[in-house]
Amino acid sequence: MRGLPVLRVLGGLALGFLAFLLARSGLGVPLALVLGAVVGAAGARFLPRMALSRVLWAIPLFLLLLFVAIQLMFLAPGDPFASEKNTSAAVREEQGKKYGTLDRSFVGGAVFFRRYVENLVADGYMGPAIKVEGRSVTELLLPALPVSLTLGLLSLVIATALGMTLGIRAGLKPGSLADGLGMGVSMIGVSLPSFVIGALLILVFSLKLGWLPVAGWGGFRHLILPAITLALPYAAYIARLARSGTIEVMTQDFVRTARAKGLAESEVVMKHAFKGAIVPVVSYLGPAAAQIMTGSFVVETLFGIPGMGQYFVKGAVNRDYYVVLGTMLLYSGFVILFNLLVDLAYAQLDPRVRERG
Amino acid sequence: MSALDAAPAGSVAPPVARGIGPWAQAWRRLARNPWAVVGASLLLLVGLLCALGPYVIPGFPDPESTNPANHNQGPSGAHWFGTDSLGRDCFARVLVGGQMSLLVGLVATFVSVFIGTLWGAVAGYYGGRLDEVMMRFVDFLYGIPYMFLVILITLMFEDKDRGNSLPIFAALGAVQWLSMARIVRGQVIGLRHQEFVLAARTAGASDARIIGRHILPNCVGPIVVYATLTVPAVILLESALSYLGLGVDLSWGRLVDEGVAVINGIQVDWWLLLFPSLFLAVTLLSLNLVGDALRDAVDPKTRR
Repeated sequence: MRGLPVLRVLGGLALGFLAFLLARSGLGVPLALVLGAVVGAAGARFLPRMALSRVLWAIPLFLLLLFVAIQLMFLAPGDPFASEKNTSAAVREEQGKKYGTLDRSFVGGAVFFRRYVENLVADGYMGPAIKVEGRSVTELLLPALPVSLTLGLLSLVIATALGMTLGIRAGLKPGSLADGLGMGVSMIGVSLPSFVIGALLILVFSLKLGWLPVAGWGGFRHLILPAITLALPYAAYIARLARSGTIEVMTQDFVRTARAKGLAESEVVMKHAFKGAIVPVVSYLGPAAAQIMTGSFVVETLFGIPGMGQYFVKGAVNRDYYVVLGTMLLYSGFVILFNLLVDLAYAQLDPRVRERG
Repeated sequence: MSALDAAPAGSVAPPVARGIGPWAQAWRRLARNPWAVVGASLLLLVGLLCALGPYVIPGFPDPESTNPANHNQGPSGAHWFGTDSLGRDCFARVLVGGQMSLLVGLVATFVSVFIGTLWGAVAGYYGGRLDEVMMRFVDFLYGIPYMFLVILITLMFEDKDRGNSLPIFAALGAVQWLSMARIVRGQVIGLRHQEFVLAARTAGASDARIIGRHILPNCVGPIVVYATLTVPAVILLESALSYLGLGVDLSWGRLVDEGVAVINGIQVDWWLLLFPSLFLAVTLLSLNLVGDALRDAVDPKTRR
């Protein structure tokens, strides 16, 4: 290695700092410091360069996102107190001062941004939930976070498993009946809004057959329909990716060699086709995670699930600024975290990335 | 376009016969693809019906005129697609809503093509540090759930005048340009060191002229393909916004949302869901079919 690996050191520091911020509210400062140091050091040592540079870039871009979001919200007409009846101008001014939302100019937005970031870094404080008296954003969102994460991750797993299965089957025999059927279904999957698919699933499985609950949140049974609804469009897209990946790999010389040396067809598929299909799919998982998370706004509304999506939409409509920023931060944080994992997996799968790292 | 300009696009596939240019070849491949023909025909049908239907069909009902005495009627000779809970004619609403959905799709796609092409062309052409910063920005936006920005931009324009749907177009277009930027950048990087670009530069052409006159015309294929696939994505996104109560007043998304609301197992006004969903699905399906076929036609490498 030549010279000081600047990127590794800086990336490790950034990663450790982020881990510290995330862990602090749960573990307390001393433990979180230890955790941050361990994560940072491990990251600097083992993560591919690409992933480290991504972490490093994430911090300024994260701040940019916050800044833009605040300016957009301040530009939007209306304020958090506009809908409350019988509030005099004086009271509204008082409240505006209290929450830092009085000055809605560009400069006012910048001041708000500074205060917000200071609070976040110094205490991990995400502000008060303006519309829910006496609760902080953290208290409001903490119970909703596992709900959204469970739904999102389960959907991602279903989408990947279903999409890969359909796509590889179709790609092994392009032009066959299985191919036509699979691709036809996936075409329809990407051509219908998820709330229509969800409503039809409710109609059949809940109202007509009575197998699954219509809506709400409780056990595993409540998860099935929403997770499938959320997963289907992504399963369709993943199937198309896996199909073209499989077709591509099956025409390669090493597949012919594998067959020529007498490998069973099932082994050819498992060893080679699978690998060819999974590479494009893995690189899609990052964006897919981001979209599944926001796709859950609709699905959470449809199935009445108490996740974070409803807080974002409600918060945006009510101009509950701190709730909006809090949900954005949590969602984006997890998407970035997930992207890191995807980068790692990708580096394992693709030797070109691994060696550069 | 001179033969020299067109050379890179044509070099992809060996010519079928002498004198047939790459575009003519692509067109032939497209016309031979039955799915493309089906998709294009359906698209034309739906497009014409929505665009002209309200003006040429005699006695076309007003989509907003209510008639309480005539509510929740099933499809009949008087009301082809039935009526909703306020007695409004669903056929009229589906067609007029379709105008809005198609307009949203087209305008937002235009915005996304404009931003994406410009961004990708500049990043790819100049390369280096500028390219890295610009593409990192794109990577980052990819990682951010874009619904946040859409909703925030939508709110910004939310005024007393709810009929004004321009901001929704802008918001949807403003988040859909990322893939376009990546695709155009990739194309431009492949083109910027070709001899004809070098020749133009030697002749003293400015960067803007080289990009606009020599490089972008060679990217038209992928741009058109991806634009075709952006339209359905935007229409779908608008329908999700409608479902969350943030979309435009009358669109397929809004109608489908109203249709979903009446699916409750007690009262089944199936026509309220079926017809808008059918129009929406057929349009999106056709656009996806045509987009896929265009991709195969323009870039034969992907064809199997």
